[in-house]
Amino acid sequence: MKERFINVSADADQRQAERFEIWLSGDGIPFIDAEAKAAYRERVTLIKDAIQLRQIPARIPICPSAGFFPIQYAGITMYDAMYDYAALKKAWEVYHQDLEPDAYNGPTTIVPGKVLDTLDLKLYKWPGHGVAKDREYQYVEDEYMKAEEYQDLIDDPTAFFLTAYFPRIFGALKSFETLPLFPPLNEIPLVPPTFMRFGTEEMQSSFQSLGQAGEESLRWRTAVGEVNMRIMGNGFPSFSGGFTKAPFDVIGDSLRGTKGVMLDMFRFPDELKEACERLTPIMVKCGATACRANGHIMPFIPLHKGADGFMSDEQFRTFYWPTLRKLIIGLINEGMVPLLFAEGSYNKRLDVIFDIPRGKAVWWFDRTDMKRAKQTVGQVACLAGNMPLDLLCTGTPSQVKSYCKSLIRVAGTEGGFIFSSGAGMQGSKAENVKTMIACAKEFGIYK
Amino acid sequence: MTESLIYAMVEMQEAEALQKAKQLLDEGTSPMKILDACSAAMEAVGKRFEKGEYFLPNLMMAGEMMKQISAILKPLLKQEQTGTGRGKVLIGTVEGDIHDIGKNIVTFLLEANGFEVRDIGIDQSPQKFVEAIGDFRPDVVGMSGLLTLAFESMKNTVQAIEAAGLRETVRIMIGGGQVTEQVKDYTGADAYGPDAVVGLRLTKEWIGGQ
Repeated sequence: MKERFINVSADADQRQAERFEIWLSGDGIPFIDAEAKAAYRERVTLIKDAIQLRQIPARIPICPSAGFFPIQYAGITMYDAMYDYAALKKAWEVYHQDLEPDAYNGPTTIVPGKVLDTLDLKLYKWPGHGVAKDREYQYVEDEYMKAEEYQDLIDDPTAFFLTAYFPRIFGALKSFETLPLFPPLNEIPLVPPTFMRFGTEEMQSSFQSLGQAGEESLRWRTAVGEVNMRIMGNGFPSFSGGFTKAPFDVIGDSLRGTKGVMLDMFRFPDELKEACERLTPIMVKCGATACRANGHIMPFIPLHKGADGFMSDEQFRTFYWPTLRKLIIGLINEGMVPLLFAEGSYNKRLDVIFDIPRGKAVWWFDRTDMKRAKQTVGQVACLAGNMPLDLLCTGTPSQVKSYCKSLIRVAGTEGGFIFSSGAGMQGSKAENVKTMIACAKEFGIYK
Repeated sequence: MTESLIYAMVEMQEAEALQKAKQLLDEGTSPMKILDACSAAMEAVGKRFEKGEYFLPNLMMAGEMMKQISAILKPLLKQEQTGTGRGKVLIGTVEGDIHDIGKNIVTFLLEANGFEVRDIGIDQSPQKFVEAIGDFRPDVVGMSGLLTLAFESMKNTVQAIEAAGLRETVRIMIGGGQVTEQVKDYTGADAYGPDAVVGLRLTKEWIGGQ
């Protein structure tokens, strides 16, 4: 098979420039006035300069991860936000109006509860459905794929997801167990045996649920689209335009589970590596397609199972990094800037993740030592993050202020830094969030 | 005799470890002695973890080996031999949080080291912790939580334990996700563990005097 995603393509710079142009143009955004449009372009330029490492931005852009913070800030419950789109829109508007971070995080992670109800999703518990109405949705750890199913996943990921994974994670799609294989459908005798599967009552009921989930998702999308346009129209660019994951995390998070994937590194190392390779082009497409559709450049990539402590350095180099690097290169070759969100700490990974082309990615850290990060991966990529959640949740504004100053001193020198929280800000005190944003704007000006 | 079993477990050789355990049993080694060897192996694995040579997957794999070997040995052990009385630990994930991986690893490490552990599960209210303390009378209480919202639940639980007049009877440790010294102070717990092995170490310090 042809090796892909190893080297940066010759036109990567050109393609990145084109994508930045599209993002910068703000085409399609209903700006309220010329001033808002200028403010939008100014903010995109701050982020662009920080990313490209060619020139020092006018100041450090402040782009915290809103997480579920706007919900508590608006005084509504997580249940309200997931079931009442008007309440969701209002919460997001209030948060952005009051706090004015430089970039906008749309409420794309506040998924519509009715869709989950209709599909009977088993992967998560959500407010009113397994957790209290004021609590956030949470993942239910399990082995949704058995260890002996690696070969099925490798042979045909799409068939595996359709006929094995979906029936397990969506109660309403149980009938998909009987879906046929599609590639054989290329000769006339295979038409009836293929389509008869769609005639059963169970299958038709599944399709009805899909239709309902689709309609509800569109209603949600319309609501989210409205608030997105209104906030962007006031001059705030969106911080990301798509979503994808490291291939290892696709398997480790929600196919095999944490324990499953950790044991697989000892028991089924070859199958695990091959499955990661198999998923790589799909995850490249996932991030690039969404960004293109949204006129954006940064796919958000939350990283989970590769953090310090979750595996040894050798395991990181063997199982996690090779296909994550391919994902990064694949996206860069599409002109994208991967927004790599490394939750937990990455101190032991800095010398490995350093191996990427310059000025083409953002490494967003949570609890990583930012001084070392700046000396290593900070030389090739824009850094972001690190405002600690424990401080935002339980600290005082003066503690927040002094941390902000030292973070800017350590990570902000010579550009290449986006000020951000270490993780989604749920649970933070509002006064601390306000202090953080004000401090970043005040102390983040390059002289 | 048991050295090769210990070696296989410490070196993460699952198939060899199981085979060695069975072989020892066939050769007439007492089940208790084999179990002691497993505990010695677990201790060595824990040491490597503390030194930064081993990581979570190693703890998980060691746990798997221990579980499989114990399953073979348990029916052969007399009841009184399985119960150990090193001290009691109550553990649970706090209200509003359903994550259990960290809690389960700490539980396993404590049990492997001879502590009696009662795991009350996930999403446990302050009241449930208080009731379980009253009933089980633990020396140590461990609270787990991955979410930032768990900070508040941990604080409420510590307060409820205090209000019930039980605070002086237990040492409280917290752990998980974003938990730090700052959070420890906020919640009123006695200590926090950035990883599972620290949870074990704290318990040993508090109970075993080791």
